[in-house]
Amino acid sequence: MYEGAIQDLIDELGRLPGVGPKSAQRIAFHVLAADQTDIKRLAAALTRVKEQVRFCVQCYNVAEEDSCRICRDPRRREDAICVVEEPKDVVAIERTNEFRGRYHVLGGAINPLEGVGPDNLRIRELMARLSSGKVTELILATDPNTEGEATATYLALMVKPMGITVSRLASGLPVGGDLEYADEITLGRAFEGRRTL
Amino acid sequence: MYVRRLELVDVRSYARVGVDLEPGPNVLIGPNGVGKTNLVEAMGYVATLASHRVSTDAPLVRVGASTGVIRCAIVHEQRELLVELEIVPGRANRARLGRSPARRPRDILGALRLVLFAPEDLSLVRGDPDQRRRYLDDLLTARQPRFAAVRADYERVLKQRNALLRTAYLTRKVTRQGGDLSTLEVWDTHLAEHGAQLLRARLALVEQLSPYLEDAYQQVSAGTGKAVAEYRGSVAEPTAEAILAALAEVRADEVARGTTLAGPHRDDLVLRLGDLPVKGYASHGESWSYALALRLAGYSLLRADGIEPVLVLDDVFAELDTGRRERLAGLIADAAQVIVTCAVEADVPASLRGARFRVEPGEVARV
Repeated sequence: MYEGAIQDLIDELGRLPGVGPKSAQRIAFHVLAADQTDIKRLAAALTRVKEQVRFCVQCYNVAEEDSCRICRDPRRREDAICVVEEPKDVVAIERTNEFRGRYHVLGGAINPLEGVGPDNLRIRELMARLSSGKVTELILATDPNTEGEATATYLALMVKPMGITVSRLASGLPVGGDLEYADEITLGRAFEGRRTL
Repeated sequence: MYVRRLELVDVRSYARVGVDLEPGPNVLIGPNGVGKTNLVEAMGYVATLASHRVSTDAPLVRVGASTGVIRCAIVHEQRELLVELEIVPGRANRARLGRSPARRPRDILGALRLVLFAPEDLSLVRGDPDQRRRYLDDLLTARQPRFAAVRADYERVLKQRNALLRTAYLTRKVTRQGGDLSTLEVWDTHLAEHGAQLLRARLALVEQLSPYLEDAYQQVSAGTGKAVAEYRGSVAEPTAEAILAALAEVRADEVARGTTLAGPHRDDLVLRLGDLPVKGYASHGESWSYALALRLAGYSLLRADGIEPVLVLDDVFAELDTGRRERLAGLIADAAQVIVTCAVEADVPASLRGARFRVEPGEVARV
């Protein structure tokens, strides 16, 4: 145990996701040794993130104004919405440059074990966007795990009767890798989901 | 496949021990309590990443040591592979394959294929249905690793569905109102999908297994009746539609009790001798022979698939009479490798040739 401010900092850092006690200690001493201006900048960034970042009123992605950059962009298609769990998933899909439509961030997935039901997610807001009639295609890009699949099924059941095309991201082998390095489970599933050429 | 060398450092009763094993039969002889089972337990741990005796890792590490290491040199199709597993209680284990560290301990699964029969297996016959479901599912996974994922998916969906039913049940109890079951239909679909896959695979397995079971029981029992294993399901047929129909039927009950009441997690493998169920009717000797026959049947099935697992028989011969000892020895004589433990050398028939080892506290020596 250290005393005073340094231990306070270690404790605070230790509460962050992915930071254990050893890493917290390392970061704290780095901060202590670092240049005053660098640390001022870090502190300012931390305060600003809570003060200035808001959630987009349309898609609930992180934004600095009422709407996010993607929702403000007039060049993007309004007839396709890609549904994701978290803002970081938006960034991941944006990196592909494949999708030119809009997003909708649910804020998680249906997970009864953690007490998350449809009412805790931004599903009602999604339905409101879809009922405007402009959207013709919905792409479900929730995580490929039990909870993500359940959320996708739930949304598909609700949206299909509205006459909107619903699709789900495919799952299988990572591209560019070697077949031999895929684990049995991924490879086994990819085998099962093979397609005819 | 066979284990050429087994080394333990700070595992169970051993500070450090190394055993050079042979292909074919290996007999470990030593009085009770000297650590014969510890050796086969360690091999089992390398094969399955779990002990057949305890559910936590702490007892595996020698008292006073902080980590234990199990090393196995495995020869498969004339090639030798070194597998090393470091057991750190309360933390993630570390594994090495050959000279390089494995990304996850799970990556060493499949390096050593092993079928282990131990006295604990009596619970296959006498224990609850979950023991027999696990027996089937473990065998499925050994044959097709993909089923590890099917099992895990099914378990996860089941947990989520139970959590949903349970929460609604508790909400109703407290507020006297409905409780939110709006996503139940979704969980039903997924439970039915994964459940049907699991159920189909189990039924096919039981069918393929039955001739081997009948044969193995014939060999190791005194010949009283025919061993028949019959899958008893909670669902009429192994399709997603049938599971959905079964769920619909018990829906009211599920909501009232707050748990899932239909699906492969409610099924059992009913074991019979002739017309009588083994549970409750069979003698100790018959139950014991039956449990052994189940393991031997699994072993034969894997061999028929072209997998040559290592067979381990922990403390088996003492329970058998002379005739059955001879028959069992004949049955396992051509195994790629079989490791037998016994307290009294005279219990092992002379017809079972191969290497003999004397196990003494803390050491093992070739005889």
